Amino acid sequence: MKFQTRLLLVSVALAGAFSLSHCKSGDGGTIKVGEFASLTGKEATFGTSSHEGTLLAIEEINAAGGVLGKKLELLTEDDQTKAGEPANAVNKLISKDGVVAVLGEVASSRSLEAAPICQQNKIPMISPASTNPAVTKVGDYIFRVCFTDTFQGAALANFASGALNAKKVAILTDVKSDYSKGLAKNFKEKFASSGGQIGLELDFNGGDKDFKGQLTSIKDNAPDAIFLPGYYNDVALICIQAKQLGITAPIFGGDGWESESLLTIGKEAVNGNYFSTHCAVDQGTPEMAKFVEAYKKRFKGKTPDAMAVLGYDSALVLVDAMKRAGTTESVALRKAIAETKDFAGASGKITLNEDRDAMKALVFIKIENGAFKYTATVNP
Amino acid sequence: MHFLQQAINGLGLGAIYALIALGYTMVYGVLRFINFAHSDVLMLGAFTGLYAAPRIGKLCGPESVTGAILVFIVAAAVCAAIGMTIERLAYRPLRNRPKLTVLITAIGVSLLIEFTGQNEKFFGSAPQAFPKLLPEKSMQMGSLLVSSNDVLTIAVTIILLIAMWFIVQKTRMGTAMRAVSFNQQAAALMGVPVDRVISFTFGLGSALAAIAGILYSMKAPSIEPLMGVQPGLRAFVAAVLGGIGNLPGAVLGGVLLGLLETFAGGNEYLSTYRDAIAFGILILILLFKPAGLLGRATIEKV
Repeated sequence: MKFQTRLLLVSVALAGAFSLSHCKSGDGGTIKVGEFASLTGKEATFGTSSHEGTLLAIEEINAAGGVLGKKLELLTEDDQTKAGEPANAVNKLISKDGVVAVLGEVASSRSLEAAPICQQNKIPMISPASTNPAVTKVGDYIFRVCFTDTFQGAALANFASGALNAKKVAILTDVKSDYSKGLAKNFKEKFASSGGQIGLELDFNGGDKDFKGQLTSIKDNAPDAIFLPGYYNDVALICIQAKQLGITAPIFGGDGWESESLLTIGKEAVNGNYFSTHCAVDQGTPEMAKFVEAYKKRFKGKTPDAMAVLGYDSALVLVDAMKRAGTTESVALRKAIAETKDFAGASGKITLNEDRDAMKALVFIKIENGAFKYTATVNP
Repeated sequence: MHFLQQAINGLGLGAIYALIALGYTMVYGVLRFINFAHSDVLMLGAFTGLYAAPRIGKLCGPESVTGAILVFIVAAAVCAAIGMTIERLAYRPLRNRPKLTVLITAIGVSLLIEFTGQNEKFFGSAPQAFPKLLPEKSMQMGSLLVSSNDVLTIAVTIILLIAMWFIVQKTRMGTAMRAVSFNQQAAALMGVPVDRVISFTFGLGSALAAIAGILYSMKAPSIEPLMGVQPGLRAFVAAVLGGIGNLPGAVLGGVLLGLLETFAGGNEYLSTYRDAIAFGILILILLFKPAGLLGRATIEKV
């Protein structure tokens, strides 16, 4: 008995020592920045793109000497496009890894899941591309470097009545996604209030594979255009089945369409459709050109998409705030991020307003001959 | 016209559910056990098609009929082998245990296949584009638009249903299957090779799942390791709806579910609730006819 109790006490002490040593490490000489993204799963291209952009930014800054005399250490967690995972990821980054700030996520649902945790722990969180207005409403530690769906929905409504000359628009919403529901609502409000007619409003579950029931009803209702604020995987399948049913009305949507996979899966069926997004890699600004060149060099000739650009900008904004605050202490850092004004990001000039959203321009892309083609810019 | 168009859409979807349900119901009929890994065999069939199609395409030319048939045969053969292996390794050792044990094992096998598939070393969890096996045409019949894929699916389902019926009713193996489903021990005493019959059943069911998987991927050419979960669940519900253990019942259940989903999905008031409606009807039918629509209530001697 005596030996066993001693053995037990020693193992408990060792375990305690181990866990304490893994606790918030003090000054390791690096500044820890956390990132959570959907590197795998249904929306894998969102996470991989934004991660690559962020990584490029961190590497560039470290190569130039780091920030406040220290190098940056990027700790990335994969949330696998699953609900529930962002909470785990962010908890780990904050409690176990002791990060000073969190970058993430692209999808609004997953940002909304992580934001309360960051807010509660007073760790600033910068979302690269979540557009649902509710994300920054969680608290004053939550920021974004992109526009919100209030702006995007309105811009899409103007696009529908203007460029598409559509009097009647059908709406097909993904009920599993906060982003989709929010954007549909914003679009509907603006389109209806400016005199447009909303045709049928139907929905689907993200991940469904058969949409012919909904599409047949929409076709019979004969809208001038179909609004589809979904994510690229479902959009590709819907476009394919719409073509099979002989639907000729153009289909348009928001930045959830932004992915290479839309073209590889949708192939010819997505031609002739439109979507709005944060920036176009061929938009011609010098910051964008510089970024595209650096990205291609780092990632073996791969062309970046808007999510990569925003991932890059979110990291740059954070570092710029660190420089202005002169510290990584959370209250000062938060204040510095909130004061970001006219920061020259690769996607454009970033100024954060009092809601901590970025006032940025939006671009429209047309899909032509299996490629994305920049069509127009809409300023805020 | 709208009604007819939706009916055709529903049939196209329902035929796939029917094919999957046939597999569930056959295994249940012979073994009195729900093979939860069936939906994952569907996924494996789709991925076999993904890897086989380019290679077969090089042999037979792109989008050729012979090429497509070969892809179906290869996927069916590979999945039949996988199904028989699963039976041999995971279910046979538990043959004489309580049914609950095998059920849990089946769930375990299903999860094993799904999560191994999601690992980046295997398929990876991101959706991948399924290659085009046949040129897809939308045929105009009056004001109806029928996709050649849907016609193919319905035709294949009917052919396979007739083939299943023929195998079960008119061949020796079929008689053996029916004997084993009636009473396993008595069949063994009568000299029926029970192990071989059960292997054959699994192989046949898995081949059906593979064919359903490829047809499903032709309809929605985006595949990923969890693609079998949703259709598998609905097909299982369809099999129970039609009477589990009953072959025509499985087809009826599948078609009914496909039609329900399509009609409800296209209705602006019911669209959000279409899954609730489908499963709600299942509950209602089971309340009033527990053996399913075409099933016969069996009396269990205690």
